[in-house]
Amino acid sequence: MQPELKDYYEPWTYDYKTLIDAPLGDDFPVARPKSLITGKDTKITWSANWDDDLGGAPEMGHLDPIVEKVRRESEDKIKFAFEQTFMFYLPRICEHCLNPSCMASCPSGAIYKRVEDGIVLVDQDKCRGWRQCITGCPYKKIYFNHKTGKAEKCTFCYPRVEIGLPTVCSETCVGRLRYLGLFLYDADRVTDAAAVTDEKDLYESQMDVLLDPNDPAVAAAASAQGVPDDWIDAARRSPVYALAKIYKVALPLHPEYRTMPMVWYVPPLSPIVDLLSDQGHDAEDSGTLFGAIDALRIPVEYLAELFTAGDTDRVTAVLRRLAAMRAYMRGITLGQEADVDIPASVGMTPESMYEMYRLMAIAKYEERYVIPKAHVEQAHDLEEMGCSVDFEGGPGMYEDSPFGEASGRPTPVAVENFYALKDRQTSDTASSAVTMRNRVNLLNWDGNGAPAGLFPETRDVPRAAAASPADLGGPKATGGSQAAPDAPVVTP
Amino acid sequence: MDLLLWGVLPYVMVTILIGGSIWRYRYDQFGWTTRSSQLYESRLLRIGSPIFHFGLLAVIAGHFFGLVIPMTWTLAVGMSQDFYHLNALLVGGVAGVGTLGGIVILIYRRRKTGPVFMATTRNDKVMYVVLAAAIVLGLWTTLASVFEGAHGHNYRETVAPWFRSLFILQPDIAAMAAAPFSFHIHTLVGMLLFTIWPFTRLVHAFTAPLHYLFRPYIVYRTRDQVPGAIRPIRRGWAAIGTEDRARDKK
Repeated sequence: MQPELKDYYEPWTYDYKTLIDAPLGDDFPVARPKSLITGKDTKITWSANWDDDLGGAPEMGHLDPIVEKVRRESEDKIKFAFEQTFMFYLPRICEHCLNPSCMASCPSGAIYKRVEDGIVLVDQDKCRGWRQCITGCPYKKIYFNHKTGKAEKCTFCYPRVEIGLPTVCSETCVGRLRYLGLFLYDADRVTDAAAVTDEKDLYESQMDVLLDPNDPAVAAAASAQGVPDDWIDAARRSPVYALAKIYKVALPLHPEYRTMPMVWYVPPLSPIVDLLSDQGHDAEDSGTLFGAIDALRIPVEYLAELFTAGDTDRVTAVLRRLAAMRAYMRGITLGQEADVDIPASVGMTPESMYEMYRLMAIAKYEERYVIPKAHVEQAHDLEEMGCSVDFEGGPGMYEDSPFGEASGRPTPVAVENFYALKDRQTSDTASSAVTMRNRVNLLNWDGNGAPAGLFPETRDVPRAAAASPADLGGPKATGGSQAAPDAPVVTP
Repeated sequence: MDLLLWGVLPYVMVTILIGGSIWRYRYDQFGWTTRSSQLYESRLLRIGSPIFHFGLLAVIAGHFFGLVIPMTWTLAVGMSQDFYHLNALLVGGVAGVGTLGGIVILIYRRRKTGPVFMATTRNDKVMYVVLAAAIVLGLWTTLASVFEGAHGHNYRETVAPWFRSLFILQPDIAAMAAAPFSFHIHTLVGMLLFTIWPFTRLVHAFTAPLHYLFRPYIVYRTRDQVPGAIRPIRRGWAAIGTEDRARDKK
């Protein structure tokens, strides 16, 4: 059953022109909302993030399938009574799954996973608008562009990732929740791992597919497969690998979908400390914290349905580790002797607990985003996509073409070379011939002939010229991985 | 005139159909889609679309029987002329009326549903006119033969031999010229439809997920290796029906 526009919301704009053009009168002119679908006046009744915070909880909360299930199983444990309700934010983006169901359901084979970095993309040329991916993705993260008739999805900001920059969502995250890093994984074992019978085993089987980059055998196999050395090194420093596999505090979203999702979430420790101290407990004491986990405001059952296919033990283990980290670090911060029993009680060493604390609390940019650059023969051609001509009325805006709005060859966009630009901005010397490659200074042009670089080079370059590690055996690098530790929780 | 209409035009049509499709495929794969309007409206679509498309498949099958299989073959297997015609009228009539009914629903929906109409291009409108005309005229030839009864025109002695002769590059122009006007006009509009085919949304008919049956669930692909492989920005989403949009069009 394909979704309709009302399942999303009707996009609109405002009639801003009235504000300027309205004749002088007694009343202030008003910019009316105009539907972008019909072009007529519209009434705004729904939009993205409409249900944020508690605004829509009484209307929408009971529609949450997890709430329904948990209520059924635990006899009305989740209530929406205002004083008992809870909020937490779950950033949902494309999971860049190891076993993507959008891809499996695409009749055209237009959705593909990049061998080099595991990013899942839609080939806009090959997409034929069947829309099967829209119903096929259980995370509902593929959208139908109703203007072009093609499917669109998160691109993991691949032009940025290729030159070593984090995705925009990661870099701009105010809470600095998002981490980016590599996993090496065994692509041959993905479908088997996704096919284990018991849903609760899916987490473990996914963990088994992810390989340990510190294992010399894995590193050697990766090298043999053509994974560059700096990528293997980056995999060793991967913060996401550390959170998911070493500290085991990051969990996949809905593993029971069998998609092997690669965005990893650290479940939230509810605002438990405030609660406990209100009740007169020593809130940072590990024993008190552990005991309180079962009585969290966000029920563990709810988190388990999100992250572990209902396995509450695993979620509890994660929350215990987070609580233990709090209690342990509190002791150190207060100048007390470090209580080695606390890490031991959750199966960690004091050193690894301190490292985990460092990674989650004070890791700097380079530690949170460990992104090796893509390797291609023409490294200098890896340019960040520019939007310089994509302004209204500019050459990047398209007129109606004869085959409908979406057709035709796209106008090439001028690209700014990220590093060349940075170099020019920060270097002491004038731009060299290399950095000014393919640029023409029109002020120096006498108007005769066409100097090299005045027009874009023809794009008839033979495709598929470069050798690539197409053999999918053995470990593969993937970049589609991210963790959002400590989804923020707000007490009402 | 007959030479031009029945000897030259068919080949021009085929050339444009094939050449145009190849050209469109190479030039404009991005536009190779039906631009589904299901997102805007799906109630009428769910009724109209299957009626139209399945009706159309039956119509195509009927054309195949009528045009490609010679009359002598059906007579040879003991199918009398009357029996054939009765079949053709019943099955063909049902298929034709279904197709027409389907397209009427679809055109009504396209005109009356605001968002769908807004998303309709000039190209679509031209295509609908030609497509609907071809269906109406085809139905007319069928209905005409109902009223004419046994004295009706037997297209299997005129149109069909001409159609087959086209493929051996020796068009039987005289046979086609002998057919009545209703068949002439239906054939011409049909040829027009196939001529504009590659340049309209109708190209979606040439899309079949054959590869889907054989490919693995997980599709791996290497990054494009051509220099500057990062694709330029495609047209994304454009404002419609607003002042901004109107300004863009100027």
